[in-house]
This record gives sequence, structure tokens and C-alpha cells, in this order.
Amino acid sequence: MTGEGVRRRDFINIAAVSFAGVGGLAALYPLISQMAPSADVLAESSTEIDISAIAPGQAIKAVWRKQPVFIRNLTPEEISAAEKVDVSTLRDPETLEKRTTAGKTNWLITMGVCTHLGCVPLGAGEGEVKGEFGGYFCPCHGSVYDTAARIRKGPAPKNLEVPPHEFSSDTVVKIG
Amino acid sequence: MSFPWANEYKPTNPLMQWVDDRLPLPRFVYNAVGAGYPVPRNLNYMWNFGILAGFALVLQIVTGVVLAMHYAANAGVAFDSVEHIMRDVNWGWMLRYGHANGASMFFIVVYTHIFRGFFYSSYKAPREMIWLLGVVIFLLMMATAFMGYVLPWGQMSFWGAKVITGLFSAIPLVGTPLQQWLLGGFAPDNAALNRFFSLHFLLPFVILGVIILHVWALHIPGSSNPTGVEVKQESDTVPFHPYYTAKDGFGLGIFLMVYCALVFFAPNLLGHPDNYIPANPLSTPAHIVPEWYFWPFYAILRAFTSDFLFIPAKLMGVLAMFSAILVWFFLPWLDTSPVRSGHYRPLFRKFFYLLVVDVLVLGYCGGAPAAEPYVMISQIAAMYYFLHFLVILPVVSSIETPQPLPFSITEAVLGKDEHATLAPATPAVA
Amino acid sequence: MVRLFGPLVGLFFAVALLWSFGNGAYNAVTQPSPPTAEALFHKHPKEVAFSFDGAFGTFDKAQLQRGFKVYQEVCSNCHSLKQVAFRDLTQLGYNEAEVKAIAKNWGNKAQTFDPKTGDRGDRPNLPSDHFPPVYYAGQGNPPDLSLVAKSRHGGAQYIHSLLTGYTDQVGYKNGQGQELLKMFPDAKTPDGLYFNPYFANLNLAMPQPLTSDGQVTYSDGKAATVDQMALDVSAFLTWTAEPKLDKRKQTGWPVLGFLLAATVLAYLAKRNVWADKH
Repeated sequence: MTGEGVRRRDFINIAAVSFAGVGGLAALYPLISQMAPSADVLAESSTEIDISAIAPGQAIKAVWRKQPVFIRNLTPEEISAAEKVDVSTLRDPETLEKRTTAGKTNWLITMGVCTHLGCVPLGAGEGEVKGEFGGYFCPCHGSVYDTAARIRKGPAPKNLEVPPHEFSSDTVVKIG
Repeated sequence: MSFPWANEYKPTNPLMQWVDDRLPLPRFVYNAVGAGYPVPRNLNYMWNFGILAGFALVLQIVTGVVLAMHYAANAGVAFDSVEHIMRDVNWGWMLRYGHANGASMFFIVVYTHIFRGFFYSSYKAPREMIWLLGVVIFLLMMATAFMGYVLPWGQMSFWGAKVITGLFSAIPLVGTPLQQWLLGGFAPDNAALNRFFSLHFLLPFVILGVIILHVWALHIPGSSNPTGVEVKQESDTVPFHPYYTAKDGFGLGIFLMVYCALVFFAPNLLGHPDNYIPANPLSTPAHIVPEWYFWPFYAILRAFTSDFLFIPAKLMGVLAMFSAILVWFFLPWLDTSPVRSGHYRPLFRKFFYLLVVDVLVLGYCGGAPAAEPYVMISQIAAMYYFLHFLVILPVVSSIETPQPLPFSITEAVLGKDEHATLAPATPAVA
Repeated sequence: MVRLFGPLVGLFFAVALLWSFGNGAYNAVTQPSPPTAEALFHKHPKEVAFSFDGAFGTFDKAQLQRGFKVYQEVCSNCHSLKQVAFRDLTQLGYNEAEVKAIAKNWGNKAQTFDPKTGDRGDRPNLPSDHFPPVYYAGQGNPPDLSLVAKSRHGGAQYIHSLLTGYTDQVGYKNGQGQELLKMFPDAKTPDGLYFNPYFANLNLAMPQPLTSDGQVTYSDGKAATVDQMALDVSAFLTWTAEPKLDKRKQTGWPVLGFLLAATVLAYLAKRNVWADKH
């Protein structure tokens, strides 16, 4: 056997094993990808909600992506309470204006998912504790949100997330 | 457990040495499917099918576990959940077609493996235990496949469950209560579907366990070979790795090409259209048939159309169908010829090929409607099936004069005048 | 023991089978089962070609859109399509806005249930909704059509043949020139059923759905003959049954090509390894 013959043999053997390796890795792709959200789950990623029945000071819980969304009709007092806060003192500095749609500052739409570990904060349902800042209070680990749903106290790192939304009309909001 | 000339595991990598000193798993693998397992050098491609069967099982477990993440075992939604997999789950159609056709490939491979065993009499001493465990694996496979076919909850699923559990109602006295116990009701419904799903998930792992025993038992005497002559000397064997890993790699490539051709271009070829109709307890499909791999046994079941002596035809059919597999357990003692390989047994060989044709005919009849001439043909074919194993094999092994065997495997491969006569015969350590 | 009882068991089964065989043969001679009208007069589907046939075939989106129109205007009056969602129609080439409009304007509304008040109602369909169920109170049980192309032997060809196969039973002859009603006077189609030799038992509850050319108006200018409408809706129903057909074949070729290369390499590697042993 010449040296060149040996090299050619080695090359073929290495190529064969490499092909097997590449094939095995490629087969992993569908096995991993199947766990990602399926087409029907992705298709339900926007929802339209009628907000005509929510009086000032009230809130409802809607569902978007199988998670609660708080839709709150702020009273003028709550708006001014939120606007009075010095943004630079906040843990996650954001103004109420930035968190709402221009001209519809009274509609505060946030995820009902505490940014700490994902519990549903209290304060949107009738008679629920709103916490010392008049917004939301998460009973799991004691995070307190203000009337703009900004984190004010407790372990949560961020304000309640504002989902992408737009007003289809004065009474219907589309989330997602 | 092996031949004295087997390579010993000597790790060059210090990490492997460290692991091997504490848990000799690398050594175990090396001796089982590595360079430490000496294998007869003359194995032909029929010996690829054991590894392929193992691969098929892994394929089924992987695709099955993944499908179970999306499937819902509830009679109300099972059918829709399968369609959800087919339409909405990422690559779900491929995983489901892969699992359904993987079952067919598994059976093709295992049937070839079994008939390899028939031809080369791989069941003979000292390999009886390997064979017995193999038959157990086959029975477990049949149970698993049957329960898997029920899960999509289509028409064939439902009626298959009803008919197959109905087999047990043939048993005198306890039959009907037994069927109701199996189903958890009077007809297949949620209870049956849920337990079938549970068992369909469990049994493959039981099969895996029995396969480990099967391979363990194989490593006691070592692999048989096409001559049926036992290994006598080092020149009769080659190390499993790289010789048979390379050969099995090629075989695996062929297997995967056939498999992928089915999955991507004819995924429903081996299935039945009626299983795309949701289960309807009020309407039986016109031609109710199981999956193709059960057809030979289904033909035997249906071949008994008249009561015999005091035994009802239904019970006879059930007895015969189970006996058709159970008879394999007795093969090592029914075939008493001292020669193993069909290559050196001219008369046995003729009957073997007749058996192959016979089982194909049974398979064809089992898939055909229960009408003439198929019933009469399957009666003749089933008759031959039982006579072959229980009468012909014992008789042939007594009266046949085998052809002369080669002295050794090496002689069979290289011809008479080479290494075979030079090397002293070393007895295998049993 | 095995050698003693084995042959006895074998002979036992053989004799029992012989007994069954003898009884069957005796019955076949003494009471031959008469041929049935279905066996003699049922026809296999007509051989027609579709764009998605074969290993390279793909769906023709224009045809699927026409077929969808036939389903919408004709079939959907009685047949549901519940495995398919409106959003899936984007695969036929409709854009999001068109799909939204189709869903919104679909005659059959999505049903709603308010768990708080217990009120049932309906609302326009959304793209994420499946096609709403169709309830049919008349004779027969119109099957859901989502999977019909996969749940019938012959698939699209069968659907096309069934839709174009309605014919007058009086004077109907099969390929051998036998006349149905002369051979089987009892096989006359009962009232409320319709004769169609492509249907398994020759009579079905569905009246001929595609009756005249131009019944559906195609927007792409294709002449809407009965045959064309039948072809188009058969293609559409193949898509509803196997929406991933195109993707399946597109994935299959590279996979097979890769495996072929890998197998050739594996063969060469195997020859290398064995070179010194043969």
C-alpha cells in the first residue's frame, strides 16, 4: 500500500463518518423545532377587545397569548398621581405618556404578569387590593406597582409590560 | 464470554482510563460492539438486520416521545390532535409519517432478521436463549404496534381495538369479562384509549430491556455465521469495529433511503385510507384489516371457518393465531439436524423457500377481503404453516443427508489450502 | 416431549383447517354465493392527471383557488371542513387581508358561548378560526371533507369521478355489456338516493352537486365546465387533506440526495476497511 493510497482511504473514511455526523445533527433540527409554538398558537397572537363597558376607575382582565392583560380606565386623579412622580427616582424610568397611546392616556393596557416571577398581580378585579401606590400588588413576593403599573417596591425588576396594541375604534382595542 | 484472542480495552485517553477504572462502561461498549468483540469474518448482509432493528427501535422511541408531546389521548380529541400534529406542529407531519412508516420499517427489518434465523437455524444450541428472547421481543412489538395503531382514533383504530380485544372473548367462561376488563368498558372508548397510550409508551422500553438481554445472550457464544460452523481460531474472526461497524453503516444508509422514500414520497402507501375517517362506533368499515405486518397471522385467524370437534371456530382461530407464533419457541427442539446452515441442507432449503412463499401468500390473503377464494387459499397456506414447523422440520432433520461442511470459517472464505490448515485449531472458551 | 407433541399439535391444526376447507368447498359448490350488483357494476375512478401527481408534482395554486371557490359556493352548503383554518388559505396564494375578508364574510358564523351568562351566539370568523361546522338536517350524513382525499381509495381521482359520474340508471351497462337493471331488477335506486357507479354501493344520498357549466364563476377566466370544476375541487380537497404535500416533497429530495451520497461513502469506507480481508 502506497502512502497516497492510505491517505485516500483515510479521506473516504473520515468523509463517511463526517456525513453521518452531519446527518445526525440535521435530524436534530425538526426534533428541536417541534417544541416551538405551533402554527395555531402563533395564529392567535392578536385579539380584539371591546372596552366600551369599562367605567373610569375600573379595569378588566383580558387574555392575550393565554396570558392575562389588564385594561384599565384611569381616573383623572390616577393620571395626575402617575404624572406627579419624578421619573428619575423610578427603578424602571418610564412616563405614563410613554406607556399609553397619545390622546388616550386614560387607557392603561399592560400584561397582568408580574415581572418578577410571573404571578398575576392583584388590583384589576373588583375589590382587589391595589397596593400602597394605588396600582397593582403582587401577592407572591410583594411587588407593588403604581397607577401607571410601574414598579415601585418589592423584588420585580421592571414595570408591567405594555403589549403592542392599537385602538381600532374608540371602543375596540386590538392587542398583538 | 469471548474468545481468548479478543482485543483488550486499553484506553489511550487518560480521561477514559479514569472513567473506566471507576465505571467500566467504555470497556463494556468496547467488548459489546467495539473492537473487543470478535465476530465471524464471513457474515453476509443478512447479518445487518439485528443492528437495523435496534436502530428502528431507537427511531420509534425518539419520534414517539416527540409525538407524545402533542398527542392527546382522549376519545373526544385524539383524532383532531393527530391532525393538529400534521398541520400545525412544526415538522409534525414529518414526525408522524416518520413514526408510522418507522413501524413498518421496524417490522420489515425484524421479519428479515427472523427469517435469517430460520434459514441459518440461528436458534440451535448454544443459541436457544437468544432465540427465545427474540420471540419475546417480537410478541412485545406486536402488542406495541397494535396499541399504537389505535391511538389516532380513526375507523381502523377503533374497529381494530374492538376486533383484537374480541379475540379474548373466545376464551371459554372468562372471555367476555376479560374483554371488558381489557377495554375498561363494553366497547373501546376513553378508558381503552388512555390505557393503550400508557402501554404504548411503556412497552418500547420493555422491548429495549429484552433487547439488552438478547444481545447479552448473543455475546456468550458469539454470533453465528452463514456456514453454521463454529469459530475455531483467530483467523475465523474479525473485530466488530471497524469491520462490522463499517458494514452496518452501509446497511444503515440503504435502510434510511428506503425509509425516507416512504416518508417523503409515499407516506400513506402502507396505511389504510379508512383510518383518516374519525372513529364511528355505529358503522364498521367495509373491509376491516389490520396493518400489513399482522396480515399473515390475521389470515390464520380467519382461516378457521367451521367448528371442529367440540371447539368453536372462533376459539380455534384464536388458538391457531397465537400458536403460529408460540410454535417458534419450540423451534430449537423441533429441528434436530446437527447442521445449522440451510446452505448445507438441500431438502430443508426447499421447504424453507416454500415457507417464505407460504407466509407471503398468507399475508396477501390476510389483507384481502374475507371472501373466496382468499379464505380457501389461506386455509391451505395455514395448513402448510403448521405442518412446516411441527411435522416437516422434525422429519426432514431426521431423514436428510446434509452436504459436507467446510472445516472452518477461514476455509470457507479463503479456500482450503491457506491459513486454515496452518493455524492450529484453538477451541472457543464457552 | 416436543418431538412427540409437536407433530400431534401440527396435525391437529392441519385437520381442523382441512375440515374448514372441506366445509367451505362444499358450501361453495352447493350454495354458491350469487354475484352482487356492487361487484359487477362498481367502477374504478377515471384516470385523470393532477399537477401534484408523482414525486415531483406540486399544487397549482390557481387551481386550488378555483377549487376553493367551488367548495365555497357548492359543497359548503352541506359539507364541513373542520380541520382547516381560514389562516391556512394563505397557502393558496391569498394575502392576509384577503384571508381576513374571506373569514369575515363566510356565511356560516363562528359560534360563541359566554360562560358567565350562558348565552350562545355567533360572530364573524377570524383567520385563526377553523371553518365552522355545517349542520345538515336532510337525508344522509354529508361527511367532513377535510380528509376526504386521503380517506377514500383513489383520492382526487375518486372525487373527480364521483362528481362527474352521475348517470341514468335505466339502461346502464358495465364494461362487459351487462345491463344493471336487467340483471338485478331489485337494485333499482330507492327514492331519495341517486345512482352513481363510482360510489361503492352504487347509490348515494348526495344529488349531483355540479350540474351545469358556469355554475361557479371563475375569476381567473378559466372556463368553468363541470369537468373543470370537478378537477379543481378535487385538487382543493387534496390540499385540505395533505397541506404539507409540497413541503414534504421539497424536503424529501435533498434528504434522499444526502443519504445517497452518505451511502456511497459508507460503501467505499466499508470496502476500505475490508480491503485486507477478502
